[in-house]
Amino acid sequence: MTQAEIKLCSLLLQEHFGEIVEKIGVHLIRTGSQPLRVIAHDTGTSLDQVKKALCVLIQHNLVSYQVHKRGVVEYEAQCSRVLRMLRYPRYIYTTKTLYSDTGELIVEELLLNGKLTMSAVVKKVADRLTETMEDGKTMDYAEVSNTFVRLADTHFVQRCPSVPTTENSDPGPPPPAPTLVINEKDMYLVPKLSLIGKGKRRRSSDEDAAGEPKAKRPKHTTDNKEPIPDDGIYWQANLDRFHQHFRDQAIVSAVANRMDQTSSEIVRTMLRMSEITTSSSAPFTQPLSSNEIFRSLPVGYNISKQVLDQYLTLLADDPLEFVGKSGDSGGGMYVISILTTCHLLSSFLSRFGSRCARIFRLVLQKKHLEQKQVEDFAMIPAKEAKDMLYKMLSENFMSLQEIPKTPDHAPSRTFYLYTVNILSAARMLLHRCYKSIANLIERRQFETKENKRLLEKSQRVEAIIASMQATGAEEAQLQEIEEMITAPERQQLETLKRNVNKLDASEIQVDETIFLLESYH
Amino acid sequence: MAGNKGRGRAAYTFNIEAVGFSKGEKLPDVVLKPPPLFPDTDYKPVPLKTGEGEEYMLALKQELRETMKRMPYFIETPEERQDIERYSKRYMKVYKEEWIPAGPKPKKAKDAGKGTSLTNTADVLKKIEELEKRDDGEKSDEENEDKEGSKEKSKEGDDDDDDDAAEQEEYDEEEQEEENDYINSYFEDGDDFGADSDDNMDEATY
Repeated sequence: MTQAEIKLCSLLLQEHFGEIVEKIGVHLIRTGSQPLRVIAHDTGTSLDQVKKALCVLIQHNLVSYQVHKRGVVEYEAQCSRVLRMLRYPRYIYTTKTLYSDTGELIVEELLLNGKLTMSAVVKKVADRLTETMEDGKTMDYAEVSNTFVRLADTHFVQRCPSVPTTENSDPGPPPPAPTLVINEKDMYLVPKLSLIGKGKRRRSSDEDAAGEPKAKRPKHTTDNKEPIPDDGIYWQANLDRFHQHFRDQAIVSAVANRMDQTSSEIVRTMLRMSEITTSSSAPFTQPLSSNEIFRSLPVGYNISKQVLDQYLTLLADDPLEFVGKSGDSGGGMYVISILTTCHLLSSFLSRFGSRCARIFRLVLQKKHLEQKQVEDFAMIPAKEAKDMLYKMLSENFMSLQEIPKTPDHAPSRTFYLYTVNILSAARMLLHRCYKSIANLIERRQFETKENKRLLEKSQRVEAIIASMQATGAEEAQLQEIEEMITAPERQQLETLKRNVNKLDASEIQVDETIFLLESYH
Repeated sequence: MAGNKGRGRAAYTFNIEAVGFSKGEKLPDVVLKPPPLFPDTDYKPVPLKTGEGEEYMLALKQELRETMKRMPYFIETPEERQDIERYSKRYMKVYKEEWIPAGPKPKKAKDAGKGTSLTNTADVLKKIEELEKRDDGEKSDEENEDKEGSKEKSKEGDDDDDDDAAEQEEYDEEEQEEENDYINSYFEDGDDFGADSDDNMDEATY
């Protein structure tokens, strides 16, 4: 784990789970797998708190445990999983586009809580949806369950590994920590539940804050008494499946950019057909015959079979090899990563200027070029070309390949060829991305801290206004309270909000870049 | 016969023109200080993408951040005392559900497997209490350590299984309770495990 990654993990953990969890988490990421007592000792936190923190981390699939010899249980943190936390909004938004609000809330609850049973998810989501509906309407559990089942069928949610049910033939003491297993087949098996019920709306009398802290709400006695039918079957969001989906999206848009809409639709159909059959890390999809593709095309596209064949040939002949004929159709995965990486790198190089981008693309295409050749092909004056080449060299986007003419490697008699090593350039860019997100988060926190006083003031004012409105205050009084925040202060708040929004948006977009670069590895 | 080629004058072993400086031209100055912290960039960065999707994701992100802070998983460090007691603080209290990683509470579905480990725990507890009554010699401390060690390990098994299931129940129950920062008794068996471990930690040698 690079320093940049560790720093980013630390910031993320702190923002989402607080300082204590952050301390433990970062310690684990840094030092690898450790047993409980060593963690407590090294971080100087009490055993109690370490346990709590570990529970939180395990619940969210960020830390795993393993029993080693002599019964020692060691905990290990998954750094890459922590970094996924940046991508939560994207996962939720994607689900919204595919399965509308219900699906969106299901995935959101699963991501927020790490692991949940199906009944718990359904109940929570139904309650939340009911809140947003008009008075008198409630959300039926059945509808939520249906969406849940659909999500499971398309593998967007999966079961967590659970304790194996062992027969009691083992007389010895149980192991200190259970080894969780999950059967491949069972991973998406939805338990047969008959969840009957409707979402509950919080009674409006409870929300009447009216100057008093909320009174103890009466216990929902009926719910707690019933045993949870699917106790022990926990579900989590299947992040890999989301990644596969993002990848497909990137491929389809790349094809659309390069060719036209129809060919992108064809590629999308092909990808959808092989969604479940191909594992996410396979370089090629299963071969599909053109007849199958023809049958699976979406209804709106009534193109004849001939035209389809023409398109397929076109795609196959494309030098970027999106689609290969016969044996391996859909060589897309691997090659598209290259495509998107260059696409990315060029846009990054727009930081250095469009001419640099031109040189870069040139060297990429021709693999190895001498300095003089670069000048000629790119049609850029010598001095500038040299300047740019050296700048890129110093930033490690390019590397030099020496080809000696004489055995003594004399510099004046050696060819120096510029070449681009995509893999290392991508890795370097990825590292930079991590650093930049860490910077963005820190800057955002700094901005928020700077204006903390002002933010707190505005929050207090809002709280007061809300309570006064509830008790039925007059317009004039409300006006007075609002004026507690002066105009320049309002301005400051506006600026702050704008900056924070910009920083947040940048974080999201840098994360998209990270996704593409990581999938390239 | 290497000879003195240009005594006092710089001579390059390679063709200087290849690098880009013609003969006799002034070479650029030597840099004497570290590069500036925020160097000027020649080109403006690419503007951010804006669109419905992006805006929605932005709102989501900020909402998620706030929600996470209110979840029981967010473990807060105990706050320092405020200098002034503010009126509006009463209106802004966040009612957080308490999420207690389960102690050795037996769960309905998993009693079968847990029976043995619980008795194991109980035995160990008794032993510790006995040892407590002895003098605080080096030996007894060490023994305590070992007992604690094995006890913790068997507890971990419980914790990790129980907390998932227990969390659900705790969730519902705790919603109704008033906010309290500290859990009075971490373990509900009525033993002093918690207190003991802290005391004995002083003598821990690794």
